[in-house]
Amino acid sequence: MKTLVLAEHNGKELSQSVYQAVTAAQFWNMPIEILVVGNNIANISEQAASIAGVSRVICADAAHLVHPLAEDVAKLIVNISNEYQVILSAHSSFSRNILPRAAALLDVAMISDVLQIQSDNTYVRSIYAGNIYTTIQSADAIQVLTIHGSHFTAAASIYIKAETHSIDAPASQHHARWVSETRSQSDRPALSFAKVVICGGRSLGSAEKFEQVLSPLAAKLGAALGATRAAVDAGFAPNDIQVGQTGIVVAPELYIAVGVSGAVQHTYGMKDSRIVVAINQDPDAPIFQVADYGLVADLFEAIPALTAAI
Amino acid sequence: MKILVAVKRVVDYNIKVRIKSDGSDVDISGVKMGINPFDENAIEEALRLKEKGIATEVVVVSIGTSANHDVLRHTLAMGADRAILIENDSKLQPLTVAKLLKAVTLREQPQLIMLGKQAIDDDAGQAGQMLAALLDYPQGTFASALEVKGHEIIVTREVDGGTETLALDLPAVITADLRLNEPRFVKLPSLMMARKKPIETLSLAELGVDTASRIKLIKVTEPPARKAGIKVASVTELLEKLRAHEGVQL
Repeated sequence: MKTLVLAEHNGKELSQSVYQAVTAAQFWNMPIEILVVGNNIANISEQAASIAGVSRVICADAAHLVHPLAEDVAKLIVNISNEYQVILSAHSSFSRNILPRAAALLDVAMISDVLQIQSDNTYVRSIYAGNIYTTIQSADAIQVLTIHGSHFTAAASIYIKAETHSIDAPASQHHARWVSETRSQSDRPALSFAKVVICGGRSLGSAEKFEQVLSPLAAKLGAALGATRAAVDAGFAPNDIQVGQTGIVVAPELYIAVGVSGAVQHTYGMKDSRIVVAINQDPDAPIFQVADYGLVADLFEAIPALTAAI
Repeated sequence: MKILVAVKRVVDYNIKVRIKSDGSDVDISGVKMGINPFDENAIEEALRLKEKGIATEVVVVSIGTSANHDVLRHTLAMGADRAILIENDSKLQPLTVAKLLKAVTLREQPQLIMLGKQAIDDDAGQAGQMLAALLDYPQGTFASALEVKGHEIIVTREVDGGTETLALDLPAVITADLRLNEPRFVKLPSLMMARKKPIETLSLAELGVDTASRIKLIKVTEPPARKAGIKVASVTELLEKLRAHEGVQL
């Protein structure tokens, strides 16, 4: 039996989370294969073939997979599933959409957002917004799971390439079709993988202030910008930069929380960061309980001062 | 068009859940419970579709004990037409929930099934996708906007890095994200009126679903705590600490 990693990509490059998923897949000590789904994806398959520890890349290249739909990809996974004991991917909106569908078609459980793999069917994952860890065991013959990317180191890229095997994708199911997408245009690094993240809360007061206060600091630090749910709901920042239980989970080297109160739903998304700095006017804000360095100050003075001093 | 909305009764999001002293599970006895927030977005959207004249009936289903009546009454007070309680007092895995909801779907024949994108207790985020798979219906997960156009539903989804819009043939399964809408407040008179609306009870046996769990809970533990660090007095001191003690290049 083998382990299958479902690869996420943006049509041009493989997501960095695939490298983390390969590290997780190594736990089972079985041949690791990567499934790449899309259209005109020779480049991406080649990147996948260069990941250390990968024995084969399965490439499903078809016109109707240019924007892969859960309906199509789940069916594709089921078609090839009899060779695999484990099917996994890094936890993201891509895998969260597809893998539960595939698991249900296989009549097996899925384990979401695994923090630690303890044995070939036993996992640690969090519940209640990261407030509780639970250890669970799945009795199913096929283990389907997503892994919490930041808990697994990325596998290396090497010169030796694994073989690529092309497969025919099942025809489109025609019940769902892709219409359009909006992608955030930004020169900043991707939030999930940035070394430095600056996260703004509701105290910033408006979308203009959010940008005006945080952008110069982000530019100087080469940082990605994140936002709390409160800031996103208030319209200060787009939804795709929300950090927390229902948004993106980050684990940068340096996390700077600006005007963030620190609700558990938020800290779930950032508590694996190496160094946490919190700047908030309220000395009792819960964010200070998870911050390595806390500065009680007016952010409208502290952030420009910090930007100027760097 | 009939809409079926599935709702879960969960621990209130403001409560910090405790662990039983033997570490066998979480201790939620006597804790404040309520409707899963994402499910409330799902019901709100269903009601708006009814108010626009697109939906004709909104049916709510929940799985649990008679304690779930409070959550079902809440949705009836919001405006749902009737409710179904699937009686069960054991912990169910998402796949089993999907199987039960499939059985209800086959009885009710809705054109649209709506759920929250995840429950805030187990944070699995699977039931909607699994239900869509079992029914062989298309799915629109993490929805932040919906529009019904003839036999199609146009769904805008919140995805990493932006949004994606899909067109799905009906019947379809939609899972709601928080920004889909702002759920309405329930007024006391509506709560009183809701008492007159019917809640049907179904047993697991009636639905013919095997509910034995294939996931075993071994233990629950506290996550490693992040220790609070120190307070610095100024931006200068902050930079000095980061540079000297943490080796951050600034």
